[in-house]
Amino acid sequence: MINDDRSLGFNKLKTVNRRMFIFSAAKAVVFLGIVGRLFSLQISENKKYLTLSDKNRLRETRLPPVRGEFKDYFGKTIAGNLKVYQLHVVPEQVEDFRRLIVRLKDILNFDNEKLSKLVKQKNSQKPWETLVVSENLSWGQFSKINFHLHELPGAKPVISVGRSYPFGEVYTHVLGYVSQASSKDILNNEIIKDRNVPGLRVGKSGLEKNFEKELIGTNGVQRYEVNAFGKRINQIDFKEGNKGKTINLTIDTEIQKLTSELLRDKAGSISIMDIYTGEIIAMNSSPSFDPNLFLYGIDNNLWNQIKKDPLKPLVNKTLSGLYSPGSTIKPIVALSALENDVIRANMRVECRGKVEMYDQKYHCWKKKGHGVMSLKNAIKQSCDIYFYELARLLGVDRLNLTAEKFGLGKQVLGQYFLNEKKGIVPSTKWKKENLGQNWYLGETFITGIGQGYIQTNPLQLCLMTAQLANGGYKIYPKLRVDENQNSYEKIRQIMRENELDAKKKDNALIKATEEFLKPGIKEYEPLYRNPENVKFVLDAMFKSTNEIYGTAYSSRIEDPKYQFAGKTGTSQVKRITEEERELDLDISQIPYRNRDHAWFIAFGPYKNPRYAMSILVEHGGSGSKAAAPLAKKLMKAVIDRHQERINKKTTLI
Amino acid sequence: MKDSITFTNQLTFFQKLRSFDYTLLTCIMLIGIIGILSMYSTDGGEILYHTKNHTLRFCIFFTMMIIISFINIRIWHNLSYIFYFVTLLLLVWASFYGITASGSQRWINLYFINLQPSELMKIAIIACFAKYYHRAQIQNVSKITNILVPIIVLILPTFLVISQPDLGTSILIALSGIIVLWLSGVNIKYFFYSFILFIISAPFIISFLKPYQKLRILTFFDPDKDPLGAGYQIIQSKIAVGSGGLTGKGFLKGTQGYLEFLPEKHTDFIFTLYSEEFGFLGSLILLILYAILIFRVIRIGSLSRSFFSKIFCYGFGSAIFLYIAVNMSMVLGLLPIVGSPLPIMSYGGSSMLATMIGFGIVMSSKIYSREQIS
Repeated sequence: MINDDRSLGFNKLKTVNRRMFIFSAAKAVVFLGIVGRLFSLQISENKKYLTLSDKNRLRETRLPPVRGEFKDYFGKTIAGNLKVYQLHVVPEQVEDFRRLIVRLKDILNFDNEKLSKLVKQKNSQKPWETLVVSENLSWGQFSKINFHLHELPGAKPVISVGRSYPFGEVYTHVLGYVSQASSKDILNNEIIKDRNVPGLRVGKSGLEKNFEKELIGTNGVQRYEVNAFGKRINQIDFKEGNKGKTINLTIDTEIQKLTSELLRDKAGSISIMDIYTGEIIAMNSSPSFDPNLFLYGIDNNLWNQIKKDPLKPLVNKTLSGLYSPGSTIKPIVALSALENDVIRANMRVECRGKVEMYDQKYHCWKKKGHGVMSLKNAIKQSCDIYFYELARLLGVDRLNLTAEKFGLGKQVLGQYFLNEKKGIVPSTKWKKENLGQNWYLGETFITGIGQGYIQTNPLQLCLMTAQLANGGYKIYPKLRVDENQNSYEKIRQIMRENELDAKKKDNALIKATEEFLKPGIKEYEPLYRNPENVKFVLDAMFKSTNEIYGTAYSSRIEDPKYQFAGKTGTSQVKRITEEERELDLDISQIPYRNRDHAWFIAFGPYKNPRYAMSILVEHGGSGSKAAAPLAKKLMKAVIDRHQERINKKTTLI
Repeated sequence: MKDSITFTNQLTFFQKLRSFDYTLLTCIMLIGIIGILSMYSTDGGEILYHTKNHTLRFCIFFTMMIIISFINIRIWHNLSYIFYFVTLLLLVWASFYGITASGSQRWINLYFINLQPSELMKIAIIACFAKYYHRAQIQNVSKITNILVPIIVLILPTFLVISQPDLGTSILIALSGIIVLWLSGVNIKYFFYSFILFIISAPFIISFLKPYQKLRILTFFDPDKDPLGAGYQIIQSKIAVGSGGLTGKGFLKGTQGYLEFLPEKHTDFIFTLYSEEFGFLGSLILLILYAILIFRVIRIGSLSRSFFSKIFCYGFGSAIFLYIAVNMSMVLGLLPIVGSPLPIMSYGGSSMLATMIGFGIVMSSKIYSREQIS
């Protein structure tokens, strides 16, 4: 039937062709639609999809920032970064994880606990995420790993950066320590939040915490191309972070080390200060602990041991320890009495060992009594009876003003440490406000010998001593080297000018504490009314150390180069009962908790003083026996280092 | 009339060679080369498994196409029904003894090739209908008996393929068949009625779909609902195409494909990869090549004397268009994701084989365009 009916065939042809034509038109429309879609995706919305594509393929890894260092006054690194040898494993690159880890166990001697911990950790993370098998390998272990590396496919020995404290426990109470950032650290500190990466170590206490912002540094950034499964394909970009700032401290490591040695096996504190610049030469609290232990997470047993130690290694006694100052307050009581014209220096009081006032017995430390005492002798021999009388005449409120002027009852380094305590210098107003009671006269007596409500920390006493020793001028204690620090000569000059200025304005040099404490006072302002009074007190302190019958006579140095003045203190930790007084036990027979705290404050060299110090030995017994001998060694060392310090300063400038 | 038959029967080799449609041949070659280059790119710029296989298949099947085109169109006309029945038998075979992969039983292991009979059916149905309507008189075409036979012929393979399950291919088979029915002059009202019927029965059909097929259709309407699950392919494909821009990221520089973000980048999503690397201009060139290809196929049909050739060329041209339109719309997020390869470019032996058989018959129509088939 080959097209016999031509017209029908033609009809069919027409229909087929017509329909094909209609369909072709439809095709053209659909193709145009596809082109339109391509246009909208690739041209109009190109930017959007380009961003999405980059987001898809690029991952940014932020590297932990490199922390700034701490250096001592002579540029010695006291908190630095060291190479840490670590062992990393990327599980997906390991054929047989179990075998590898068992082999590593043999080489590195893990216990089974560590092994199961590693396996657990491996199972909890993605196979391409790095598993840190060991955070801190010894060099020996590290080289052993490298030696066996051919039989450890997938193991990666890595050299990383960690914190190191080369002087260990010597600096703990100044620097604090770093450890892995906790969620609390991240929440409380914006800058940590900003720089945080897994494994970031941040300051947990001390200056490490205080200077966090300056120390932390900025993150390095690594940009990686990843595939759809998040696996790294190659590195696109690497930006190194900036290292944190280096912070120079005023502390002299040699002296700091010596303080550690002197306080070995004791609980106590030593602080040393330049009496003009306020630079802290050493500041130590004992016992201490090794901050390096906290770097990789401390062992639980060890931590409990430190926490439960009765000598309290975690407490920075220099700043957070509050103690009765005992007799070390006497120079201030005497100065206050002189400044307020309460007595004259030649007032005499007879000491018979005890005195009864207002139906209450008050004792002198010397049972037999000192006999007739003048003020200078009373300081020198630390006669309590004389100071009861002096305090009675002076009154607690006038004493409070003088003591606060000289730095008691206020933070010394307020901006540096969060745990610094203010202490208490009582007054009638203070008692009313804080305890809601009236002041009793009896409380004035014991305040006069540094007992009762009065509480100070060792650094406050150091500052007090320094401000007496420099002739009675306000100074500004500091731990960080200040580039704009006035030189010694300049400070002396300012002090002299201030003195003349004050004399010109008001011959009597009277300035109330309230007014004095107002902000905007002059630098190195005089704290006294009459400089002679300060000289009198300093002279008494000299006698206390360098004349026979002085309480610290046995710890004197006769060489004028090292000769120093000081004042002992023995502060009771509990009320002594009549029976105990009768027994008069030797220190070894008293339980440790009940033994007196031993104090010594000193400055030297006497002829031209430059350094002041305070020494506390907790429950050490008497100041003259337990604390003063330390000062003898310390003062010699400090003065020996003086020339070097001066030289360093000139090179610094 | 008789003269012409004797004349065409005695075509010499060189005459045949001369009457090739070289434009069409060039287009096929160019698209084939683009396909090979894209395959090379999916292998990450190395000649690996996919590139080797694809090139080999292209060469073999291209040669096969030339051979097919040298054979008289009458023979293809005579073989059409057999082609259909053999393919149908293969489909039945596949549904019993086929190889199952990714949850679908659609391949037959022929030892040298894993054949997917559903791909062949795409061509077989066109050839079968072409023969059927070649013989049908125009006034009989719309008679109900003449409608029923093709409907049964169409429904059988569609049902077999959908039960594999392979939604994409079955839709393409059904649509190619319907297009041929329409081209052959079946009364428009039947299309209208069946469309109404389809709309009514759509909810029932959907209830028969596999859960994953339903999910694909649902996510098409809102791909962002489940960006890492079912919507992932659409989103990643759009990102790849969109980030290509005007001129593309450059050959071998596409990141979406290289970094494995693109699923099925060798097969259904080969255009996405190409478009990412060659951008809007590259895609436009490819589309133009396809347009010329379709135009040439239809032109050959319009110049053919026999209705078999005519309807086959029209049908095949339209089917090629359909495959391209469905594939591209799918990867551009205009249609739900249903498996449908891009002719010539996508990796896959059966698809290439079927396409090349189709082109072979088209080319044979061209060479024997004066042939009358009784």
